[in-house]
Amino acid sequence: MSVLLDISKIDMVFPTPKGDFTALKEVDLKINKGEFISLIGHSGCGKSTVLNVVAGLYQASKGGVILNGKHVTEPGPERAVVFQNHSLLPWLTAYQNVELAVDQVFAKTKSAAEKKEWIEHNLKLVHMDHAMHKRPDEISGGMKQRVGIARALAMQPEILLMDEPFGALDALTRAHMQDSLMEIQEELNNTVIMITHDVDEAVLLSDRIVMMTNGPAATIGEILDVELERPRDRLALAQDTRYNHYRSEVLTFLYEKQRKVESIEVKDKSKKAEKQDKTSDVA
Amino acid sequence: MTSLIAQLITKKNETVINANLPPFLVNFLQAVTLPLVGILVFMLIWSAAANSIDTSLGKFPGPKAVSEQMVNLVQEHVESREKEQAFYQRQEKRNAARVAKDPDYVPKIRAYTGKETFIDQIGTSLITVMSGFILAAVIAIPLGIAVGLSKPLNTAINPIIQIFKPVSPLAWLPLVTMVVSALYVSDDPLVAKSFLNSMITVTLCCLWPMVINTSVGVASLNSDWVNVSRVLRLPALKHVQKIVLPASIPAIFTGMRLSLGIAWMVLIAAEMLAQNPGLGKFVWDEFQNGSSQSLSRIMTAVIVIGIIGFLLDRSMLQLQKWLSWDKSSEVR
Repeated sequence: MSVLLDISKIDMVFPTPKGDFTALKEVDLKINKGEFISLIGHSGCGKSTVLNVVAGLYQASKGGVILNGKHVTEPGPERAVVFQNHSLLPWLTAYQNVELAVDQVFAKTKSAAEKKEWIEHNLKLVHMDHAMHKRPDEISGGMKQRVGIARALAMQPEILLMDEPFGALDALTRAHMQDSLMEIQEELNNTVIMITHDVDEAVLLSDRIVMMTNGPAATIGEILDVELERPRDRLALAQDTRYNHYRSEVLTFLYEKQRKVESIEVKDKSKKAEKQDKTSDVA
Repeated sequence: MTSLIAQLITKKNETVINANLPPFLVNFLQAVTLPLVGILVFMLIWSAAANSIDTSLGKFPGPKAVSEQMVNLVQEHVESREKEQAFYQRQEKRNAARVAKDPDYVPKIRAYTGKETFIDQIGTSLITVMSGFILAAVIAIPLGIAVGLSKPLNTAINPIIQIFKPVSPLAWLPLVTMVVSALYVSDDPLVAKSFLNSMITVTLCCLWPMVINTSVGVASLNSDWVNVSRVLRLPALKHVQKIVLPASIPAIFTGMRLSLGIAWMVLIAAEMLAQNPGLGKFVWDEFQNGSSQSLSRIMTAVIVIGIIGFLLDRSMLQLQKWLSWDKSSEVR
């Protein structure tokens, strides 16, 4: 398989009033065509930053991203993004939201009739054809995210970037969406980078799971190849020993090797303890 | 009455009407009766206060005097219209007679020059305020979008806006008057100078809230939507048209409503000084006139000004409801 996307040793440094903050250090990853990659790690470890650099929304401080042999310097529809909060435009219907993307990407290559057909095709793909003339505030969270995915797919991207696409959904809807996504994947075989917090989601959907170390100066800790046959079925896999093995690998990485040292609660308690010490000193 | 007020104060949100009626009827009665009670109480206090104030022009007008005056003013308007019609009829007859006598005569049509009635003045005021307001919107909304999109432009322009925003219309008026008379020289003017004076003053005063609200709305654009636009590589103009403008419609409308309220207040003051026909001039003329009816006519004008201001605000709200996608935004 050929390398489609090369994330080549990127550093990301944000200037802050207290001096520079290094968010990413030497993140290096090659992604093949048709691969489904999950980025997993604790919050604040810079997963989103990696995705934003690939999307072109951020510029890496060092290193760069090469897509199909071309250096990525700005955002573009060939790297479609599915945002965490769907980010549909609330004044447009589902159809119009997808239309905005299609009009822009296929302005010269598709006729009006072809565009209409293409928009409807993509909405059908995510099972939203029954509500395509509804506005975002008239449909549920899961449906909004479906439209968001349809919009991204309609751009016919070379790589699909998903930033915790199902993070804001309840567990049942999320499972439903994962199944839908696998279905779509089977049909289109897109190259995907998905950020997730959810270990099960990562194992179920990915070909490779990229596990990131904690920030600052976060980088790739381990990469796990998930060699489970497709199509995957969540019920059957629940009993599968390999599935459980992959799952525990990721869990071990997250909760043993890269354990978050201090949580906020612990900090608060220690502060309180300090205060009490001081007051007792005064007394 | 006192017990009702006590009930109103203590019960706050509960229903005052406790009869065994279906709930929708109770709600309806409450929605209708409570404002009526409020108006009634106000009328009582007003007439009591009016009775005890003596001015050099007689007693302060109470509700009765004002309602009489309202009928009066409408009647005057009807009479004036009849007079006008009669004037034109007479003129036509005379001209026809002259043409019959002398076929070479080209009849001259003279315009009726009677005094403008109260209702004419209302019309003039509405035209002036809408012209001034629309001119301000045409300038302020594009400017607000530009300021909202560009931080450097915002930093450059913000001090100017902040300084001009609190300026009273009365301070602008003399300057506007002088500038208009210097620049607007025409033998056959399309509109009167006095109209321009008050219109431009209105524009100058309601420009700023619109600029500020529009720019704040544009500047607080949801960053996700901006990212969508960036990923799609929308060209600048399309970005404004497809993302920025619709996204800031709620903020733009807030600014427009604020401005229209200011415009209406400013207009009355400007008309008083600019001697532009309109409600302001009506009030000023009545004050100068000083007849025994003057105060009640002014009081009538005050109430009509209030009602029109209220209706202008409501129609703006209705427009917002039709045009804005954000149905959830609190509209009060």
